[in-house]
Amino acid sequence: MSDTPARWTIIEPPSRWPKFALGELWAQRELVYFLTWRDVKVRYKQTLLGVAWAIIQPLATMLVFSLFFGRLAKVPSQGVPYPLFALAALVPWTFFANGLTQSASSVVLSQNLVTKVYFPRLAIPLATVLAGALDFVLAFLLLLVFLIAYRVAPTASWIGIVPFFVLAFAATLGVGLWLAALNVLYRDVRYAVPFLAQLWLFATPIAYPSTLLGEPWRTIYALNPMVAVVDGFRWALLGTPVPSSASVVASCVVAVVLLVSGSLFFRRTEQSFADIV
Amino acid sequence: MTPAIRAMGLGKRYELGRTLRRDRTLRESVVESVGELMRTIRRGGAQTDDRELWALRDASFEIAEGEAVGLIGANGAGKSTLLKLLSRVTTPTTGRAEIHGRVGSLLEVGTGFHPDLTGRENVFLNGAILGMRGWEIERKFDEIVAFAEVERFLDTPVKRYSSGMYLRLAFAVAAHLEPEVLLVDEVLAVGDAAFQRKCLGKMGDVAASGRTVVFVSHNMDAVMRLCTRALLLEDGRVAESGPSAVVVAGYLARGGTGAPPAQWIELADAPRRGSGEARFARVRYEIPDEPGRVPRPGGPVRFDIDIESPVAQTVASVAVVLRSQTGVMLLVADIIERGVPMTLAPGRNAIRFDIGALNLTSGTYGVTLWMSHAIGKPIDEVTAFDVEVLDDASRGLGASAGSMVHCPFTVSFPSGSDRAL
Repeated sequence: MSDTPARWTIIEPPSRWPKFALGELWAQRELVYFLTWRDVKVRYKQTLLGVAWAIIQPLATMLVFSLFFGRLAKVPSQGVPYPLFALAALVPWTFFANGLTQSASSVVLSQNLVTKVYFPRLAIPLATVLAGALDFVLAFLLLLVFLIAYRVAPTASWIGIVPFFVLAFAATLGVGLWLAALNVLYRDVRYAVPFLAQLWLFATPIAYPSTLLGEPWRTIYALNPMVAVVDGFRWALLGTPVPSSASVVASCVVAVVLLVSGSLFFRRTEQSFADIV
Repeated sequence: MTPAIRAMGLGKRYELGRTLRRDRTLRESVVESVGELMRTIRRGGAQTDDRELWALRDASFEIAEGEAVGLIGANGAGKSTLLKLLSRVTTPTTGRAEIHGRVGSLLEVGTGFHPDLTGRENVFLNGAILGMRGWEIERKFDEIVAFAEVERFLDTPVKRYSSGMYLRLAFAVAAHLEPEVLLVDEVLAVGDAAFQRKCLGKMGDVAASGRTVVFVSHNMDAVMRLCTRALLLEDGRVAESGPSAVVVAGYLARGGTGAPPAQWIELADAPRRGSGEARFARVRYEIPDEPGRVPRPGGPVRFDIDIESPVAQTVASVAVVLRSQTGVMLLVADIIERGVPMTLAPGRNAIRFDIGALNLTSGTYGVTLWMSHAIGKPIDEVTAFDVEVLDDASRGLGASAGSMVHCPFTVSFPSGSDRAL
């Protein structure tokens, strides 16, 4: 094209330490957009209930948790009605769990693309997680309905969910990148992921409050980045005690480490995706 | 002039049995690694070589801006690997290549098409995947749709499209990519004749508009028509490079896509059926007076055949049969038609067929040899080899795509005559 300056493409053997190539990803942001849009469209076209799934999942889990943990086991809920307590955690959790599961299989499912055309491969898991963000927005609307129903007045602290959502996004993408690349190398990952998501659910304060743990365990526990996310959402929306800065820092550091190492691992493996997939 | 593509010592190694395997699980991988280690220890630490495959080795070449270059060679010669490296689908093991300008690669028609999305949606998705910008797709949208002739079905999911419509739409998107360097792999092998011609025409336009085209194909006719230059790959190396007519002719003389002309082809291991009372031993084809050339449409061709017979006997039918790639019987030259039975002596017997005009268009045809008594099952029927027919003086785009019967004709425009219009 006359308006895109001619440039040199260099083709070389892969280096041991790949670059992030964020510039390239940025240049291809439209592709990321179209892939995201495809994921969303296809999901809503192929399924009978379409959009409703984004809501059904956290809603049904919340009902089950409220019945068994709230009513029967009488798990404490920091003075908040248990359904709200559970749902405020389940909304970001569902985003995390689905994002992780779907990005794990994203590259393998895109093998027809990967073996036929070049583009920054990071776009695939990134688009998958972004498509999940739309589900998150829908699930959040459900949460809003419950907040209104329980007459929780909106406060300025509600805006606090934004940084915690960013944290959840970073953690999801970080783990997703690791799993997506590993899944290309070893198809075991496909079987391990649902199991991993299940274990992770119990290691996150969703059915119970993190206050059940005492220090220093609570900070160690916060090495699971979803701990700070869930505590943060509850704090911002429901006014539960603010999560300790130590636990927030621990969660953030782990999320960043996951994201950076995940990107590097992904970039390093992607060179051979087309040969293996 | 600056080269559009410069490759220096490009090589690609695959590790057989390891990375090439799909669906490897962790357990298998561990077992393999342990096995490998044990073997290495037993061999005293020597490096394994037998498990490697160099799909491409030390490929160095330059392609000038605006050149249309055909990559030819047998299956497994490294054509597709080279194209994959240039399009960056995979990375080289050795060497380096530089490409100047925006690269568009078309390793497959319809990459990324999603069956559940509509035609309209797929145009945008596919365009983005091929590297087009949103505004670019929008600007060319009408043109793409018109080229594909799918206006009425734009809002229908492509899974409901006929395969022809699907291909037309997919190619239309790719054809409007307008890259400076276009890498194409054999996409013309699909679709009906009219569509293939449309594709060839479009590719010709791209080449004529001064863009660089690298075209991998088994279709020698298409390579000759579209490409000014050709690179011949053999066993992963660039064996020859030069004007496409010369390289193609050289390639075909050595066998090319079919069997080499003017050389005996032994038939001991060829697929066959029949009673075996006598057997075809070997066969050779050539153009009389021009050995080493492949037959031209409408030109002569000679078949020399040796038949092995254990006893003296007479057979009523010996025939050379040419079939299309899809198995349609096109030509039969049979002695039964002449009413001259063949008397076989014990041992080798020779028979020669001289076909005056091989009325087949450019393409690859299968040659079958047939022998039988006047009635009854075949004595021997051998699927012998493939022969390439090529018009080495072709001009223009030709009507050959899809048609198989060569039709000599002349055309004139008589002036002053009362042409009804």
